[in-house]
Amino acid sequence: MINIYEVNETNTMIEHENLDVRTITLGISLLSCVSSDLESLKKNIYEKITSVARNLVATGKAIENDFGIPIVNKRISVTPIALVGASACHCPEDFAQIAGVLDKAAKEVGVNFIGGYSALVGKGMTAAEKNLILSIPEAMAKTERVCSSVNVGSTKTGLNMDAVYLMGQVVKQTATATKESGSLGCAKLVVFCNAPDDNPFMAGAFHGVTEADAIINVGVSGPGVVKVALEKARGKNFEVLCETIKKTAFKITRVGQLVAQEASRRLNIPFGIIDLSLAPTPAVGDSVAEILQEIGLERVGAPGTTAALAMLNDQVKKGGVMASSYVGGLSGAFIPVSEDQGMIDAVNAGALTLEKLEAMTCVCSVGLDMIAVPGDTKETTIAGIIADEAAIGMINQKTTAVRIIPVIGKGVGEVVEFGGLLGYAPIMPVNPFSCEKFVTRGGRIPAPIHSFKN
Amino acid sequence: MNKLIITVVGKDTVGIIARVCTYLADKQVNILDISQTIVQDYFNMMMIVDMTNAVRPFEELSRDLGKIGEEIGVMVKCQREEIFTSMHRI
Repeated sequence: MINIYEVNETNTMIEHENLDVRTITLGISLLSCVSSDLESLKKNIYEKITSVARNLVATGKAIENDFGIPIVNKRISVTPIALVGASACHCPEDFAQIAGVLDKAAKEVGVNFIGGYSALVGKGMTAAEKNLILSIPEAMAKTERVCSSVNVGSTKTGLNMDAVYLMGQVVKQTATATKESGSLGCAKLVVFCNAPDDNPFMAGAFHGVTEADAIINVGVSGPGVVKVALEKARGKNFEVLCETIKKTAFKITRVGQLVAQEASRRLNIPFGIIDLSLAPTPAVGDSVAEILQEIGLERVGAPGTTAALAMLNDQVKKGGVMASSYVGGLSGAFIPVSEDQGMIDAVNAGALTLEKLEAMTCVCSVGLDMIAVPGDTKETTIAGIIADEAAIGMINQKTTAVRIIPVIGKGVGEVVEFGGLLGYAPIMPVNPFSCEKFVTRGGRIPAPIHSFKN
Repeated sequence: MNKLIITVVGKDTVGIIARVCTYLADKQVNILDISQTIVQDYFNMMMIVDMTNAVRPFEELSRDLGKIGEEIGVMVKCQREEIFTSMHRI
């Protein structure tokens, strides 16, 4: 039987170490909504989302009460809209109307984000996909809860450099379209390489075409729990350190597995995957950076950071896979700058640069995340940053992403405030040298040699 | 069996267990195990109870126990057992 020490351990994690389930994300296929008539399509989408997700938020709250564990977000991901709207939408404005419908449906069912305003253009772009991408600035400006993502490459296909350059422009346009709110639109826009079909985390969640009609994916979290556990392993060798992280990751993930199974049972929707990512929040004591400091770095960004992060990420996965039969999504340590107080402090102290962050993304998911740069950063430079990150993903057969915010009207040293889970970020300097002739060449970077495995 | 874990944490005072147990008896909730300890001068109790024959639903028991806690100045928390077995048992 469970004893008082075990009960106290669990409740201390919840009450004092920020253990929570970060998100229950309900993936909904919208392929059955397809129509060549835009008005019918909009109606079908609204009806399907509001009927399938009708009980999502209430069920999430009931599970919170039953187990006494906070479930921070209840969210929805849908089939990439570029596919769903292909036959009904003939211009970017048509697609933007669908974004409006997604926003309305999200508000109706009470979720805080809906992901899947997406296009998968890793090798080439259809006319519809291009129209969706061109509509992103308007869609992000006019909606509140819609998240957008674009996949520009993969290990199997190489990099679509036309799409990379286009996304450099779209990120900048989105920043301009939302400049009144600190260019917030860019915080809801992710550019991927090797995007997973079952990621529950925003802003990059979408419901892949390989998925069932509806599915429950759960993202667990608990950087604070890992940090506190490591405090007890201070000065010990790597064997003890790794063992501590694995055990803690196992415990955290088991809670996620329980919540996922409960949500699946109560909503009568199949369980998909648990995403093992360590996801920080701006709250004190809920930081991946603090874990790295506890491991032995004065500040994140110091030499040794990449090795420490590689070890942390690997141990979290090793502990986590034991705890759940189906692990998927991104499953790594997130290192967003604005959403992690320790990362913000490291940038302000001059310890952490864009280049070091890029190195860190080679060993963890997911990429350059929530990074604010000067508003006058050139479109081609943003495209170059996207290309670099996508190349890391392509060559290393992993997911990488860029969520970068050129904050219009602000420069290095200033701060942009997004509020809530998105936090705030110091504006980071960007390498001033040009890559214009490189990113505007046009065409594709071919798939790497190690993708030819057949 | 439908097991719940009830935890009580707070400043030690007369009659904490009595209040909680009286309430549970009244609602036909069977107590399977009680353990208690003092952590840093704080009263810390855990009960494992079975609510298979309970006459009221979980939500109501949880809410009422929370209220009783407020009245006597301690924190009473009511959770389904599975969160603990998931985390601590393979």
